[in-house]
This record gives sequence, structure tokens and C-alpha cells, in this order.
Amino acid sequence: MPTVRVYVTLKPQLLDSAGRTVASALQKLGYSELEEARIGKMIELKMSDASDARIKEMCDKLLANPVIEDYRFEVAE
Amino acid sequence: MKVAVLKFPGSNCDQDAYFALREDIGVGAEYVWHEETSLAGFDAVFVPGGFSYGDYLRCGAMASRAPIMDEVRRFAHEGRPVIGACNGFQILCEAGLLPGALLLNAGQKFVCQSVTLGAVNRTSLWTQGVDREIHIPIAHGEGRYVADETALQKLRDNDQIAFRYLGSNPNGSVDAIAGVLNEKGNVLGLMPHPERATRDLLGSTDGRLILQGLALALAV
Repeated sequence: MPTVRVYVTLKPQLLDSAGRTVASALQKLGYSELEEARIGKMIELKMSDASDARIKEMCDKLLANPVIEDYRFEVAE
Repeated sequence: MKVAVLKFPGSNCDQDAYFALREDIGVGAEYVWHEETSLAGFDAVFVPGGFSYGDYLRCGAMASRAPIMDEVRRFAHEGRPVIGACNGFQILCEAGLLPGALLLNAGQKFVCQSVTLGAVNRTSLWTQGVDREIHIPIAHGEGRYVADETALQKLRDNDQIAFRYLGSNPNGSVDAIAGVLNEKGNVLGLMPHPERATRDLLGSTDGRLILQGLALALAV
């Protein structure tokens, strides 16, 4: 059964305050070379038929909000 | 005259809204479950705050696709009054009834405090009665209003900015925006909770200035 992985990320121009907190925690752990961390989501879907058009429709209808997020997906058999 | 107070799984300001509308504003109110598909008999809609669907995926994302929302959309397009506070604001944005979106507060903290607001628009049914600075509580982790420059310019040009935070901006909202209107001015979304500021016992009665617009609109 095809597995679809949808990656949803905050648009680059928007401040990711959760990511900033994670970056600051990593820097405190000694990773001083770290410049930035940004958090996204990975949503795994199992589909009996993984048509690109249907996946895109799901992303546009619910999984991502185009005002604040970008998405991409990959299909693995 | 009757206001539909929507209930989603995880709504938690529905009872506050119901109480404020009936007891303090003096309009009728009934709960409407999110799986309903009709608003027949109602004159206005209150989308309450809370954590609908546990804020899964994005705040308001799932609630905005609930069966009742097609009817809310129709209702709004007919020019009838719709208000969403806090999670209700997030739901209205996710539903495409209001521009923009709400993100995690810039200061990374949940903020629970009273804020000072000024009405920018002074003509809509929701803002016409707000003729001075008002004090209303906020309680949210994801209240940072964002919209791109084109959308912001449109908001300014059409006088759709309902409220701005005065003094400090508690969540990093662009332009200190606390609430916005749709183009027609009948749909209001705001992060502060007017339903929590309707009697002295609650520390402020300023929420009435917003909600009373509803009573006036419904009385006509």
C-alpha cells in the first residue's frame, strides 16, 4: 500500500517562535554553531491509491494553510 | 432574536458566551452542535473560544471544516452578524471568512491578562459602540495575527481593522492587530474575550460595548 509523506513547513518569512525556543535550547547544550531551527510537520498517509491530484487536494483542503504554510509530499510504495 | 453559540469538541468558552448574551446583553441564545447543518431561526452566530479538536494540525483547522460551517459561511455572506473570539477567531480565519491567520505568540508564552484595546473601524455593528479605550481579557498561546503585505493593505484600505492592542502588543501581532472584520463588516474575529467582560464581578464591563452592537442590530 503506498505511503505518502506530506511535509508542511511555516513560510520562511514568518517567525517560528517554537523553533526559536528549540534553537536556544540546543545552543545552551553547547551547539554554538547552530544558527536557526525551524519546526515543521510530517504527516504520513496510507492510501489504497495515491494519486498526486487527490493528495494535493487533501493538502489544499486541510493539511496546510496557504496563508502561513508551504507543503511538499513524496509517495513511497 | 436569537444567537447560535456553536459548540465543537473542545470548545470551552461556549457557556461564558451563552451566559453573557442571555444575562448581560439580553438577547436569546441557544447552543448549536458542530454536526448540525442548519441555522434556521437564528439571527447571529457566536463562535466561542477553547481548543476545538485539541488544536490538532492547526488551531481551528478541523473545526473550520465541520458540517455547521457551510451554513455559517452562507449566513456570513448574507451579511448577518458573526463573531468569533479567540479560538473562534482562529476558526473564522481557517474557514476563509476572515483574512490572515494566527500563529504561536512571538514571546513563546501563553498570555492570560487584561489588555487595552482601541477600535480602529468605528462603523461596523461590532465597533460602533466602542467610543473609548476598552479593557478586555485575553488568554491564548496562539494569537499572533499575521497577513501578507497585500492583505494588510487591503485591511487598511477597507477599514477592516476592528481593534488594535494599545500599549504593549502581547503576542507580536502585525500592526498590533487584535481583531479584524470581513469586507462587509458583519463578521468580526478577535483574540480578546468580550464575553468575559460583561459585568463588574468579572472585572470589566467593556465587552458589552462590542456585544451590545449585536442587540442593536437584532432589534432593528
